[in-house]
Amino acid sequence: MKGILKKISQINFGLMSPENIRKMSVTKIVTPDTYDEDGYPIEAGLMDPRLGVIDPGLRCRSCGSKGGDCQGHFGHINLARPVIHVGFADTIHKVLRSTCKDCGHVLLTEAEMADYREKIGNQIKNEESITAIIKDVYTVARRDKCPHCAEEQEDVKIDKPVSIVEGNYKLTASEVRERLEAIPEDEYIFVGINHEVAKPEWMVLTVLPVPPVTVRPSITLETGERSEDDLTHKLVDILRINQRLKENMEAGAPQLIVEDLWELLQYHVTTYFDNEASGVPPARHRSGRPLKTLAQRLKGKEGRFRSNLSGKRVNFSARTVISPDPNISINEVGVPEMIATEVTVPVFVTEWNIEAMKKFIMNGPNVHPGANYVIRPDERKIRVYDETKETVIEKLEPGFVVERHLMDGDVVLFNRQPSLHRMSMMAHEVKVLPYKTFRLNLCVCPPYNADFDGDEMNMHVFQTEESRAEAKSLMRVQEHILSPRFGGPIIGGIHDHISGAYLLTREGSVFSEEDVFQMVKHARMALPNATGKDWTGKQVFSLLLPKDLNMVYKAEICRKCDECLKQECKNDAYVVIDNGQIITGAMDEKAYGAFSGKILDSIVKEYGTDKAREFLDSSTKLAISGIMKRGFTTSTADEEIPREAKDRIEQLLANAEAKVEQLIEAYHNEELEALPGRSLRETLEMKIMQVLGEARDKSGEIAESYFGMENHAVIMALTGARGSMLNLTQIAACVGQQSVRGGRIERGYSQRTLPHFQVGELGAKASGFVHSSYKKGLDPLEFFFHAMGGREGLVDTAIRTAQSGYMQRRLVNALQDLNVQPDGTVRDNRGVIVQTEYGEDGIDPAKSDYGKVADIDRMIDEMRIKSKIGK
Amino acid sequence: MKKDILKHKLVPDHTILSETEAKKVVKDLKVHPEQLPKIKVDDPVAKAIEAKPGDILQITRKSHTAGKFVTYRLVLE
Repeated sequence: MKGILKKISQINFGLMSPENIRKMSVTKIVTPDTYDEDGYPIEAGLMDPRLGVIDPGLRCRSCGSKGGDCQGHFGHINLARPVIHVGFADTIHKVLRSTCKDCGHVLLTEAEMADYREKIGNQIKNEESITAIIKDVYTVARRDKCPHCAEEQEDVKIDKPVSIVEGNYKLTASEVRERLEAIPEDEYIFVGINHEVAKPEWMVLTVLPVPPVTVRPSITLETGERSEDDLTHKLVDILRINQRLKENMEAGAPQLIVEDLWELLQYHVTTYFDNEASGVPPARHRSGRPLKTLAQRLKGKEGRFRSNLSGKRVNFSARTVISPDPNISINEVGVPEMIATEVTVPVFVTEWNIEAMKKFIMNGPNVHPGANYVIRPDERKIRVYDETKETVIEKLEPGFVVERHLMDGDVVLFNRQPSLHRMSMMAHEVKVLPYKTFRLNLCVCPPYNADFDGDEMNMHVFQTEESRAEAKSLMRVQEHILSPRFGGPIIGGIHDHISGAYLLTREGSVFSEEDVFQMVKHARMALPNATGKDWTGKQVFSLLLPKDLNMVYKAEICRKCDECLKQECKNDAYVVIDNGQIITGAMDEKAYGAFSGKILDSIVKEYGTDKAREFLDSSTKLAISGIMKRGFTTSTADEEIPREAKDRIEQLLANAEAKVEQLIEAYHNEELEALPGRSLRETLEMKIMQVLGEARDKSGEIAESYFGMENHAVIMALTGARGSMLNLTQIAACVGQQSVRGGRIERGYSQRTLPHFQVGELGAKASGFVHSSYKKGLDPLEFFFHAMGGREGLVDTAIRTAQSGYMQRRLVNALQDLNVQPDGTVRDNRGVIVQTEYGEDGIDPAKSDYGKVADIDRMIDEMRIKSKIGK
Repeated sequence: MKKDILKHKLVPDHTILSETEAKKVVKDLKVHPEQLPKIKVDDPVAKAIEAKPGDILQITRKSHTAGKFVTYRLVLE
């Protein structure tokens, strides 16, 4: 089969036998002491030289290889008395509960055994899980009487973490081991043990493996003091108690003392494996800090798996706070000089660039376009110091590699977590800048979902020519203007870019030629020919459009009138572009905003990404200079409405409230008619919600009717720059109904929300309707209801991010190695077909017209306009 | 009362390919039959059209994106 190299036929999981532990051990560890007075490791101690070496230069006494090459060797400790392994305590408990205390047989009748043997055999043959059957055995085999020897069974309980109690008697580890030994080998399978790789008695330790010193290296402090690893500390404890136990036993000490020591040994071995096992106080370091033992090394976020295996750290990367820079291109990233002198690019020295490389080395590691390392052809890495740079230059010749500083124009990978889609990692060109933050163009904020309230981002420097080339053609920002999610631009103008473009291009916006030239220069565009006349904003913006661009669309400011007046639109919302000239319509979010910019979309698709980048770089700058010519600000004064409007709104809300009261009265008089499929109460709720909803909307409309297009807040809301009309009317007119769990607020006291209301009160005020506007201010009751609704929103977002994050992770893991083949089929890494045609229609959504092959309606519209203007 | 599941609107059209048709499909897609999506013989549809292990079914279904979409499944035991 193509693509399948090797198939894993099986993986065995088993237990380590005492013989195995002794066999792999290089030495028996006896003494709890580690080093003698001279600082040399003691033989048969925990730092025995046979356990491996860490210092380079020394040779390992077991395998003879040098430090660093020797991966270490295990030793062993013979325990004076057996001890239960914490990790298997649960299993031991279950096994003992299902076996006879006397004869050791599993508490199943012969018939049951035959039945289960067949079931388990079948599952194993079909390579399917046997856990369900084993679980079944565990319940069936809880008998009071042994079916084999008729012995009465006592209840076996587990006292966490490792004590096994039968009736009222606590079994010692030796007794537990004896019972496990008594289980016949052919019955192991019923308790889920594979007799080929494990024996139940191996779950009780008689010998303890001692990990090599490489696993628990000691560190030497600056003071020359040695500090041992937590595991070594724990092993010392075990050895000490083990020795005392042995001595006491040999001296024939009283049973009580021996048992106490035995218990203590059990405690130390338990915490050696898991220092967070429930029921045991964690073993502590002298300083009071709990020790990090074996389980703690692996478990959790900071454990070996999640921290070191799934999340490795990399070199040639940098991380710092981000801040905006409207003057750099969307393709660029501003890199602080401090970072540029630290991360490097390897350059292969040739006879053509050797002089340039010498200059870098001459600058040294601290002056910006310098070099940090030189790699000789024999792969020796030489650090460049200011003191040594002259000698390094003398030896430099073709074939060397110079690790020079990051410079303008280098391609780097830029990333912001969470990396949810491919636009979260894009290739940027470096621009080395002063100060300490990464600088990025505002247009790339939407794909990274970045803002500047303290966000940090990561940068990675490509180290090979191939990766650089690949990134440059596939990952550059301009290649990602169109999102594969919906076939439209995800990179585009935001906030002031949009208000700016609107102010520049709306009807009646005229600029003197001098102003126009100033703006054009500021946007770093080519200067147009002087006309000697005033310019309209539309003419200025048209300078950026390709000369053969033809488009028709409805702008964001479109009010969706019943009958569209098209070119005669009084809101200037019908955009017509004829051969690169804006005839009617103002530029707003639909023109070049992120997520919906139609002109931007067209330019990428028709003229390519280079043109689109130029357009975006210049148009945003032009919009900013346009907005600066005029000035733009907002305050609550923008939401001010006249007294008469306030009166009207008050009247309207009073009417609505009266209507609600009527509904409630009708409900109490049982005159209300239930809607199909609803109870009377539900009907009332729905009707009240409807009335109050309408009231809020109407009050909003009243407020809106006093807002003109000269109002900056309104400009931002209608052009799609920031905020919505709802936000404005909530500030100006009425906040409206607060909700918890999708309905009006009902919780709190019994049958009422707050003690200020009558029991059973259903009115608008009593269930969280906020009459006030944000500007007027909420009364205490309204404020409380608003906080209830607000809190629910906060909790929901927190839960939603967690849930959708996990969902995304599962989906990505399931789909990660699917790919589209040249023949259009989607296959996984074994060549197994998932879809015979990608997406069933073979369309790349990023290259499609908002998910469709082509928008025919739009094309017809465009052609119609074109022919009309032609006439 | 047993309904004919093949007539249900959610069940797309399944047909068993003849040996020559199956060979052509495998050749056109450049796959080993094992690399096709699978369907079990005891799948209700497979039982209804009496497919045998080793058969390749052609499934024609409605698609949101393409209108009509044709895919194949290998019948497994």
